Amino acid sequence: MSVATASFVNIGERTNVTGSAKFRKLIAAEDYEGALAVARQQVENGAQIIDVNMDEGMLDGVAAITRFLNLIAAEPDIARVPIMIDSSKWEVIEAGLKCVQGRPVVNSISLKEGEEIFLDHARTCQHYGAAIVVMAFDEEGQADSKERKVEICQRAYELLTKKLDFNPQDIIFDPNIFAVATGIEEHNNYAVDFIEATREIRASCPGVHISGGLSNVSFSFRGNEKVRRAMHSVFLYHAIKAGMDMGIVNAGQLDIYDQIEPELREAVEDVILNRHDEATERLISLAEKWRGSKSTAQKQDLTWRQQAVAKRLEHALVHGITDYIEQDTEEARLSAKRPLDVIEGPLMAGMNVVGDLFGAGKMFLPQVVKSARVMKAAVAHLHPFLEAEKRANKEQDKSAGKIVMATVKGDVHDIGKNIVGVVLACNGYEIVDLGVMVPTQTILDKARETKADMIGLSGLITPSLDEMVYVAKEMQRQGLTQPLLIGGATTSPAHTAVKIDPVRDNGPVVHVKDASRAVGVVSTLLSDEERPLLVETTRSQYQRMRDVRANKKPTPRLSLEQARAAAHKLTSAPIAAPSFTGHKILPPIDLAALAQIIDWTPYFASWNLIGRYPNILEDDKVGKAARELWTDTQTMLQQIIGQNWFAPKAVIGFWPANRVGDDIHLENGAVFHTLRQQIKKQNGLPNFALADFIAEQDDHLGGFVVTSGDGVEDRADRFAHKGDDYSAIMVKALADRFAEAMAEYVHQQVRTYYWGYAKDEALALSDLIAENYQGIRPAPGYPCQPDHTEKQTLFRLLEAEKNIDVHLTSSFAMQPASSVSGLYFAHKDSTYFSVGRIEKDQVADYAARKGWEMREAERWLGPILNYDPQD
Amino acid sequence: MNRSERLQALECAAAERILILDGAMGTQIQNLDLDEADYRGDRFADWPHTLKGNNDLLSLTRPTDIKNIHRAYIEAGADLIESNSFNATAIAMADYGMESLAPEIAGASARIAREAADDAETALQRPIGVLGAIGPTNKTLSLSPDVNNPGFREVTFDMVRDAYYDQAKAMADHVDFFLIETIFDTLNAKAAIKALLDLRDELNCHIPIIISGTITDASGRTLSGQTAAAFYHSVHHANPWAIGLNCALGAEMMRPYIAELQRISTSKIIAYPNAGLPNEFGEYDESPEQTATALGEWAASSLVNIIGGCCGTTPAHIRAIAEAVHGAAPAKPPTPKPALHLSGLEPFCLGATP
Repeated sequence: MSVATASFVNIGERTNVTGSAKFRKLIAAEDYEGALAVARQQVENGAQIIDVNMDEGMLDGVAAITRFLNLIAAEPDIARVPIMIDSSKWEVIEAGLKCVQGRPVVNSISLKEGEEIFLDHARTCQHYGAAIVVMAFDEEGQADSKERKVEICQRAYELLTKKLDFNPQDIIFDPNIFAVATGIEEHNNYAVDFIEATREIRASCPGVHISGGLSNVSFSFRGNEKVRRAMHSVFLYHAIKAGMDMGIVNAGQLDIYDQIEPELREAVEDVILNRHDEATERLISLAEKWRGSKSTAQKQDLTWRQQAVAKRLEHALVHGITDYIEQDTEEARLSAKRPLDVIEGPLMAGMNVVGDLFGAGKMFLPQVVKSARVMKAAVAHLHPFLEAEKRANKEQDKSAGKIVMATVKGDVHDIGKNIVGVVLACNGYEIVDLGVMVPTQTILDKARETKADMIGLSGLITPSLDEMVYVAKEMQRQGLTQPLLIGGATTSPAHTAVKIDPVRDNGPVVHVKDASRAVGVVSTLLSDEERPLLVETTRSQYQRMRDVRANKKPTPRLSLEQARAAAHKLTSAPIAAPSFTGHKILPPIDLAALAQIIDWTPYFASWNLIGRYPNILEDDKVGKAARELWTDTQTMLQQIIGQNWFAPKAVIGFWPANRVGDDIHLENGAVFHTLRQQIKKQNGLPNFALADFIAEQDDHLGGFVVTSGDGVEDRADRFAHKGDDYSAIMVKALADRFAEAMAEYVHQQVRTYYWGYAKDEALALSDLIAENYQGIRPAPGYPCQPDHTEKQTLFRLLEAEKNIDVHLTSSFAMQPASSVSGLYFAHKDSTYFSVGRIEKDQVADYAARKGWEMREAERWLGPILNYDPQD
Repeated sequence: MNRSERLQALECAAAERILILDGAMGTQIQNLDLDEADYRGDRFADWPHTLKGNNDLLSLTRPTDIKNIHRAYIEAGADLIESNSFNATAIAMADYGMESLAPEIAGASARIAREAADDAETALQRPIGVLGAIGPTNKTLSLSPDVNNPGFREVTFDMVRDAYYDQAKAMADHVDFFLIETIFDTLNAKAAIKALLDLRDELNCHIPIIISGTITDASGRTLSGQTAAAFYHSVHHANPWAIGLNCALGAEMMRPYIAELQRISTSKIIAYPNAGLPNEFGEYDESPEQTATALGEWAASSLVNIIGGCCGTTPAHIRAIAEAVHGAAPAKPPTPKPALHLSGLEPFCLGATP
C-alpha cells in the first residue's frame, strides 16, 4: 500500500464540464463510459485528486454527479484517488457528498451569501467528513486586490476555526486567479495580488492550503499555446514559492521553468510580476515574432572520434561523454544482429573496463557515476528496439538481479543510497528505488510484487536504526526470505549484528560499508556457489560480535550522582545579553557569499574521494578524479549561484535561560533537556552536560535552523529523470555543503552581530572551518546531545515550519534534507564533547524530566545505552 | 454513576490498562436453542413473517435471556458491553416486515444492556460502559447489487442515514457510546456518522463514537475496496473515541491491519476478531486459549487499547483474553504531523510526511 504524499498537488481537471469541451459533450450525450475513460486517463497520467464538475445549464447537476460518482465507485483504478466535488450549487455538492466513501474535498463554499449560510455549509461538510475549498468571495463580491483576498480569507479562517473548531489543515483557500495582460490596466497586478495574498494567508492562517485554477491567468493568449505554457510555468514558479500547494493544472500545459527560452521567460515574468508598464505590449509583440534558436557547440578534442565504433563507445563510457552516444549506439545497432547484442557486446565491454578500473582504484566514484549516465543514455536509445524485439519473441525481462532499495520511513537522506544504486545499476543489476521515507509495508509489498532478489535499506539518522529493525521483523513475520542489505552513515556491523540480524532467521542480513563494497556483496549473494559461504561467515561473524558484546561487561561508569558532582563549573559570569530575544528570520543570504566559505573536504568524501581540500586536487592517486569532479562542480556551482537554484533560509532565536540541574529552563517556559557524560575521567576533568554552559541565573540560550531550501529535491529529480544521476547526486551533495556553510556563516553573524559577544572577531576561513572561535552550536541528535527529539522544542520555538519551511519527520530528520539546526552556547567555557554511553539511572532521571516512560526513553536513547534494556 | 462520570472513569482506566469488550451475542443466543415460538412470544404470535433468526427482536420477547448474556460477559471481565441492536434499523428489519418496530427494538436493547451494566456497577464497584451497537445493515451504498448496472444503488444515502438516525435516537438515553461496527462499506458508516453528528447537534449531548471496520480478505481491503489507512481517514471526522477492526478475519490475519491503524491513529485502538476462521460447517472452533494467546501477543506489543471478541467467541474466550492481556500496557497513539488527509480507496496526504 502506498500513501500519496505531495508538496504540490496537481488536481485533474478533465472531468469538468466547464473546463473540457470533450467531457461536456460526453456527458450531454450520456456517454458515461466515455466519461469514465477520461477520468481513468487522468489518474493514469498522475492526477492525485480528480475534480468533478457538472455545472452546465442544460444538465441536471444533481442527477449527473450522482450517476457519475456512483460509476466511479465501481472503478478501482479511478476510485483509488480522492474526489474534489466541484460545483457552485450547494445541492449538487451535497448530492456528491452522498456518493463518495473516501474523504473528498468540497469545491467550493464562500461568504458570498453571508456568515450564516457559510457556516452552515462548512458544518455540513464536517458532518460528511470533507475538506473544503473556500473562495475569496464575500457579500461584496469576488476579491481581486491582495488586501481583499487576505481580509476575506482571514475572516473565513476566524469563523471556521473559532465557531466550528474546523481543522485548519482541512481548509484550502482559493484566492482567485484572474487573467492578466488583458489590455485593461487594472488587471495588470492580478497575478501579483494572488501571489502576495497567498504568502500573507499562509503566514497569518497557520495550517491552511492554497489552491487555484491556473488556466485563467493566460486567458488573453488563447490560441497561443507557447505563451500560455510559459505563463503557467512562470506563475506557478512564483506562486508555489509563496505557498500555493494545490492547483487545477493541466500538466500537459506546463513547461519546465528553467527550460523556457530566456527572452520569453523574461517577458512573461515582466507580465506576471507586473514589473513595468510596457510588459503586456512587449509580450504581445514577442509572442508574434518568437522563433526558436539553437546554441552553439563547444570545441573539443575529437581525435577519438576516428576510432571504430566499439572503441568509441568504450571511450565515451570511460570518459563519461554523452555528446555522441546516441549516434554511436545507433551505428552499433545497425551493424549488430540484435539490439541486445549492442548491450551485451560493446557497451558491457566498455562498462567492464570501467568496472576493472574502479576495482583497481584507477577510477573513482564520480567518474563511475558519470559512466553510468552514458550507459543509461545508450540503453534508453536501444529501449524501443529491445521492446519491439521482446514483443516479437515474447521474451521475459532479464537482469543480473533485482534489488529494491529505500531510505526508511522518517528519514530523508539519500545521497549514499543513490550512489549505491547507480553503481549496482552499472553492473547490470536492476534497481527498484522507492525513494525516501518509505514505510515498511511499501518496501515489502514492492519486493514481493517485483520478485526482488534482495532488499537494501539506507538511513542516516539514529532513529532509522529502529525502523530497519522493524523492517527485518516484518520480513520475518511476513515470510520474505530475500537477503536484507543494510547501509548508511548511522548503521554499523555491530548494530546489524546485535539488533537486526537476530530478529529474522528466514534470510541473511548483511551490513554493507560503502558503495565500493556493494557490488561484491550483491554478486556473491546472487551466486548459488558463493552465497552459502558469505552467509555463513557473516552469520558467524555476527554471532561472535554478539557473544563478545554479551560477555563484555560494559565498563562501569559513574553513577549519575557522581557524574553530577563532577559537573563543569562556569569560570566566569554569563555573557552579555543578545541584541534581541525571541526569534527572527534572517534576510536572504547571498549564495555567492556562502560558496566562498564552503568546506570542501567533506564534499569530496561524499564521493568516496578521501583527502583534504585543496591538497586532494594534487593527490597522486585520486588527484585526477578530484580535479575532474572539481571542474564539473564549479560549472554547477556557477549555475546554482547565477540562476538561484537554492533559496537558503535561516531563522535564529535567543531566549533568557537558566540552568536547572541538567536542564535548561527558558523564561518562556520551554525546557531543553541535556545528557551528562558518565564515563570515569582522569585528572579531575569534568563530566560535561550542555546545561553546564548556562548559568543558574541571568543567562541566555540561542538556537537556529538553516536550510538550502526546498528546490533541491526538484532539481535532483529533474536530473535523475533525464537519466543524469551524476548531476542529481552532485546537486544534493552541494545543497548539503551550502547548508553547512550557512550554519557557519550565520553563527559568525550571531557572534559578531546578533548576540554580539565577539564584535571584533576576524577569522580566516581555515579558522572558521577549524571552529577556532568562542561559543558552540551543537545539534540535537549529535554527540553533545544524542536525543533527536529535542529538535521538536527548538523547531517549536523558532516556528521553523512556518518561517522557513523546514519540517521534522516522524524520526526527527529535517526536511528538506539539506538543513542544519542547533543550539547556541556563547560562554567561553563551552566546548564540544561526546556524551558517550549512559547508565540506567540517568535514563530513568531523563525519562522523568521528559515525561516519558522508561521504554520510550530507551528507544530514543538506544544507541548510547550502556546496558541492554532487555536484561 | 451518570454517563459523564462513567466516561471519565473509563478514560482513566484506559490510560492504564487494556479495556475488555464483550464477545459474540449471536453465538450465545444460538446456544439457547430457541425455536420460532420463543422468538415470537405472545406479542408476535401472529406475525406474517418467519421470525426465527431475528436476534434483536429477542430484546422484546426474551429480555431476561439477553440480560443474562450481558451479565455473563461482565462476569467474565468485560468493561464494555454491546447492546443487542446490530440489526435494529428499518433497513435491516425489512426482512421481517418490522421496519416500524426498529426504533422500539433498538431502545429496548439499549435499556437491557444499561440495566445489566447498572446492576453490575453496583455489585462489582467498577464502571461498565454500554455501547449502542450499530451494524452495517444488509445494503451497500458504494456497490451495486447488479453486476450489469454498476451505477445502480438499492438504497440512498438519505435512507440509510435516516434509518441510523432513528436507531441512534432510540438508544441515546441508555448508552455511553455509539459503536458503528462491522463496516464493510465505508459510505454506510459515513451515513451513520452523519446521523450521529446531526443527532448530537440536535440533542446537544455528546455521546462518543467508536468505529470498527471489517477487512474482508487477505488483500487488506474492506469489501468496498479501501485500505485500512484510507478507511481511517474517511471516518476520522467522527473524532472517534476508538477506532479499529472486528469480525471477518481471525486474530492471526487481522494483526497487520491493526498494526497499521495503530501506527497512524490518534484515537484508541479497538479490536475484536472472530474466534479464528469458520470451519467447513460454518462453526468457529478456536479455543479460548488459542484466541487469548494470539491477542496476548498483541497486548504485549502494545497494539491495542480495547480488546474483545466477535463471531464464535464466548464468555470463556473473554475471560481468557482478559487474563492474557492483564498487566499489558495499552497502545499509545502517535502524534502525527498536521496535514491535509484525504482518501479514495487509498490514502492521500498533503503537507506532512507519511
